[in-house]
Amino acid sequence: MNYIFYFLIVISIVIGAINGKLQDVVNSIMTGAELSVKVAISLIGIMAFWLGIMEIAKKSGVIDFIAKLIKPITKHLFNEIPEDSPAIGDIAMNFTANAFGLANAATPFGIRAMEELQKENNKKDTASNSMCLFLGMNTAGFQLVPTTVLAILIGIGYKNPTEIIAPTLLVTTIAFVSAIVLSKIFQRVSRQEVQNDKNS
Amino acid sequence: MTKILNLISLWILPVIILVVLTCGIVKKVPVYEEFTKGAKGGFQVAVKIIPYLVAIIVAISMLRASGAIELLAQLLAPVLAKFNVPADTLPLMIVRSLSGSGALGIFSDIANTAGPDAYTTKLAAIMLGSSETTFYVLAVYFGAVGITKLRYAVWVGLLADFIGIVAAISVCNLMFA
Repeated sequence: MNYIFYFLIVISIVIGAINGKLQDVVNSIMTGAELSVKVAISLIGIMAFWLGIMEIAKKSGVIDFIAKLIKPITKHLFNEIPEDSPAIGDIAMNFTANAFGLANAATPFGIRAMEELQKENNKKDTASNSMCLFLGMNTAGFQLVPTTVLAILIGIGYKNPTEIIAPTLLVTTIAFVSAIVLSKIFQRVSRQEVQNDKNS
Repeated sequence: MTKILNLISLWILPVIILVVLTCGIVKKVPVYEEFTKGAKGGFQVAVKIIPYLVAIIVAISMLRASGAIELLAQLLAPVLAKFNVPADTLPLMIVRSLSGSGALGIFSDIANTAGPDAYTTKLAAIMLGSSETTFYVLAVYFGAVGITKLRYAVWVGLLADFIGIVAAISVCNLMFA
C-alpha cells in the first residue's frame, strides 16, 4: 500500500505537470479531502442505526442462528477462525445486504465482521488471511440485481433493461469466485514465504 | 424474475428489522437500551475511517485530475481494438476500481452518448454492475480496524477486477455481438 500511495501521487503530479493540469491536480487535493470527510460523515447515521439493530440481533440470538446456518460453507472458507466466531454471523449479514444491492446496510455489517476478525488476529496492524479473503469477496461486488445501472438504462430509454441482469450476474459470479480462489492461492504462497524465512 | 428480485430487495430490510426486534422482545432483551448501546459505535467508526479515506480519495482525485487515466486509455486503445472492445469503455475499466462516483459518471456519459441500443452501452452496463470500488472497500474496511499492512488484499481485489473485465467482454461478445 505504501508504494501504491506513493506512485499514485507522484504519477499525478508528474503527468499533471506534463499535461499542464497542475492547477487541477492541486485543486483536487482540496476537493478530495472534503469529499472524504463528507463520505465518512454521511455514514454516521446509517452506521449507528444498523449497529444498533445488530446489537439487538446479537443479544437475542438471531446472529448465532444465521451463523449456524452458513457454518458448513464458512467453515471451509474461513478455516483460520474458530467455527463459532461471532464474525461468521456478521459476514453472512454483509453478503445478504450486498447481494440485494443494499450498500448502506452492507458497510456496517462488514465493519462489524472486520472488528470480530481483528480479535482473532495476532498482528493488529497487519491483515490476516481471513481478512484478505473477506475483503476480496467484498471488492468483487457480488450483487443479484444491479439497481443503479438499471435505473440509468431506464433513464436513457433502454427498451429491455432486464436483459442486462443475467450477463451481469454471470460476470459478477466469475469475479466473486476468482476472488476466493485468488485469496486461497495467495494465502498458500505467503505461508510458504513465512516458512522460508523461518528456515533461513 | 426481476419483479420477484425487486420485491425481495424492497422487503428484506423491513423483514430483518421486524424479525430482530421481535426476537429481542420475545427473549426479553431490553431492545431500546441495546440499540442505543450498539449505535454509539457509529460515530467512532466514521471518525476512525477518515484518515484512510482522505489518503485514498485524495490520491485518486489527484490521479483523475492529472489526465493520467486518459493517457493510459490512449496507450491501451490499440490493444483492445484487437479484441473488438469499444475504446469508450476504457476509462470506465480503469476508474471502476478507483472511484465509485467517477465510474457512475463515466457510465452515464457513455449511456447518453452511445444511446440505448449500442453495444458499448451494454458492455459498460455489465462492467459497472458486476464490480465494486475496490479501493474504497479497502480503505473503509481496513481503516475501521486500523490495519495499514494489507498484504495481498490489494492484489486479490485488482486481479479479480481484471478477471471481471475480461469476463464482461467475453460474455457481452457472446450475447450481444
